Amino acid sequence: MSTESRNTLQMHGICKSFDGGLVLRDVDFSAEAGEVHAISGENGAGKSTLMRILSGAISRDSGEILLDGHPINVANPFQAHRLGIRAVYQEFSLIPHLTVAENILLGQMPVTKSVKWIDWPKANQAAENILQEIGFSGLDVRSRVSHLGVSQQQMVEIAKAVATKPRILILDEPSAVLSQEELKRLFTLIRKLKQDSALVLYISHRLDEVFEIADRITVLKDGQVVGTVRPKETDQSTLIKMMVGRALSEIYPKREAKARPTVLAVEKLSREGSFHNISFTLGRGEIVGFFGLVGSGRTQLVRAIFGAEPATSGEVRLENRVLRLKSPSDALRSGIALLTEDRKRDGLVLSCSMGDNISLASLDRISRWGILNMRRRNEGVQQKIQDLNIRPPESKRLIRYLSGGNQQKVVLAKWLLTQAKVLLLDEPTRGVDVATKVELYQIMNDLANSGVAILLVSSELPEVLGMSDRVWVMRERNLVGEFTKAQASEENLLAAAAGVNV
Amino acid sequence: MTNLMDRLRAMGEIPLVKMSAERIRRQWVDYSFLGAFFLLILVAASMSDVFFSGQNISNLLRQIVTNGLISLGMLVVILTGGIDLSVGSVVAFSAIVVSGMINKHLPLPIAIVIALSVGVLAGAFNGFMISRFKLQPFIVTLATVGTIRGLVYVYSETPITPLDQSFRTIFSTAIFGPFTLSILIMLAAFLVALFFINRTTAGRAIVAIGGNEEAVRLAGINVRRHIILAYIISGLCAALAGVLLASRLGIAQPSLGAGFELDAIAACVIGGATLGGGGGGGVLGTFGGVLTLGLINNLLNLFNVQSYYQQILKGVIILFAVLARRSNR
Repeated sequence: MSTESRNTLQMHGICKSFDGGLVLRDVDFSAEAGEVHAISGENGAGKSTLMRILSGAISRDSGEILLDGHPINVANPFQAHRLGIRAVYQEFSLIPHLTVAENILLGQMPVTKSVKWIDWPKANQAAENILQEIGFSGLDVRSRVSHLGVSQQQMVEIAKAVATKPRILILDEPSAVLSQEELKRLFTLIRKLKQDSALVLYISHRLDEVFEIADRITVLKDGQVVGTVRPKETDQSTLIKMMVGRALSEIYPKREAKARPTVLAVEKLSREGSFHNISFTLGRGEIVGFFGLVGSGRTQLVRAIFGAEPATSGEVRLENRVLRLKSPSDALRSGIALLTEDRKRDGLVLSCSMGDNISLASLDRISRWGILNMRRRNEGVQQKIQDLNIRPPESKRLIRYLSGGNQQKVVLAKWLLTQAKVLLLDEPTRGVDVATKVELYQIMNDLANSGVAILLVSSELPEVLGMSDRVWVMRERNLVGEFTKAQASEENLLAAAAGVNV
Repeated sequence: MTNLMDRLRAMGEIPLVKMSAERIRRQWVDYSFLGAFFLLILVAASMSDVFFSGQNISNLLRQIVTNGLISLGMLVVILTGGIDLSVGSVVAFSAIVVSGMINKHLPLPIAIVIALSVGVLAGAFNGFMISRFKLQPFIVTLATVGTIRGLVYVYSETPITPLDQSFRTIFSTAIFGPFTLSILIMLAAFLVALFFINRTTAGRAIVAIGGNEEAVRLAGINVRRHIILAYIISGLCAALAGVLLASRLGIAQPSLGAGFELDAIAACVIGGATLGGGGGGGVLGTFGGVLTLGLINNLLNLFNVQSYYQQILKGVIILFAVLARRSNR
């Protein structure tokens, strides 16, 4: 191990909280120039938050950051850039309607001497040189970014960051959209940066990648550092234990395992490029967990069962009737509801009131000849507000003035008012405070006990394990395993999801 | 008194929880608009003897019928997050068609129904193009402004004077007080709209579409059908305005209605509507907007102010209204 003084980057006692929840607690992290340092951990462990603090994208609550032993202040990305810290995140920061060259050279486009017009030949040559130098040749610098595929955009994004010759390069899940060939080129580039004594901080879910490229791995769990290890001195299962090793807390209601009659049967359901040949069943009053990494096809699968993006082949049967699912209204009429993962994007109408949102999916049910029965509407809304304990209990309040947890309850209330027999819940507790989480778990349990079949899609392992009677794991658009409650453990679910043998 | 308060609370009219500062501010803006409105009337009444005369009130009300109906249709479209620039051309189309049909000796009701169908067709076309091909409402209706105006000139290059006298008198004869049939039709349209937007599934769906189209689609509601419906309502309202305008003026010019869309948008915006979705705006607010614009026109006419100054003042008022509401979002 290196001595303190040799550490190029030191982060001491970093704390950060969002909406009252502590995301990073007292994190100490150090790394040296010329190394590839991987940061591993489950979803929500705080990896990205830590990196965003380093790159100035968000501010820390407390703690200090030292570069070469001197305290630095990274209040915004601009200051980070000046200190030679560049980050490539999962979301792209490219400007789609500009060319590759313009994006790489953004803010430093060469101009002609006389009239200060853009010197296009020079700009394109400069961009091409940069790509050549870092081994990404083959990209047309003249094409618009919006015309490129996702993986090529990722390469441009990396090129843009590397073009500034950063001292510290942060790569947040760079491989998620890259092909094997592109990944190889990225690794070649990373090794070259290492030789030029840059520090590369590498975040990835894929453990085999981490073991191949990293010199050291720091594991985060629940916003705390578990430890730092060298790949040569450890193995993947030890690392997984470090990432997840935790007892299930008592926040999950007790559920008894028993055989249940099938309500929903999905058979050989496929949609090109989204999920492939999926078959499973869901029983009356059962909670079945769906676990998988981001991009494994879980969201597309539930959207297909709901008719939002119809499947291209296969069938869905509800109580032994084959359903024709071409639109959400088909699914709702049959008694299937979907709580989507992003409530602000497609779950809520923020400009409308709580009552309007709760009744939105049941307008046909509470009207006759297209005219609303206001008494029935208000009674239904009030009932759900009470059942789910939504605060404040004012149906006329605009949704945008509610807290995230109460907003999520409103979305759930909307689907419950449709009296669905099958609830598809996609990340139902995302962005929700702990207290509301516990309430939501209790509500799910009560619903299941009253006979509703629940399909719970979640990236949070403890939640999947704590709530599910059975767990299915998805990886790369396929179902790769079924686990009973007794069989399921954090290790084997994560291993199945990541495609690793433990 | 306490008894009354309790009963109001039980009805859910007065929330027990304290109102948020946000809501208080929003209501303050609404009330201050109302206050400004009455101040305007007061100023008008004190400065002009004619203002409160039956003749002037009747004039004022008859003048706002056109903008009132167009604004109502515009509001429905704006609630979906869209805009309808083609209303002025539709006014001209229906005015000239109803006049032409009357002069072909068709019975009055049939002539009117044909003219209204023209508006429905125009609206259906706008709505279909916008919802089926996901085109921008601004661009689609900008294109139909010209197309419909062209059709009007194809129908008749010269003004048409409806020869049937009963077409002129039926809408403009006072029924009680200053209220003519045309005024009553407009007021009835506002009442119907109030009910439609707040108490029907289609009305609530239209309001929600303006806030989040995808959430509405996922709630099992046919978004495309409701967007088409909104533009049909707008076309129908504009066509009705055209019929009543032809009746009031006694002549239908092919150039009629140019710029009417601006007054309608202005009325909606003064009433609290937000262009491009995002909620706000309602039937009562829009009525207030229509009344305010009508009042200003009326006053400036009474004081013989040139119409150029009227336009300047109208622009200032619209900007002021938008500014006053800006802090609310």
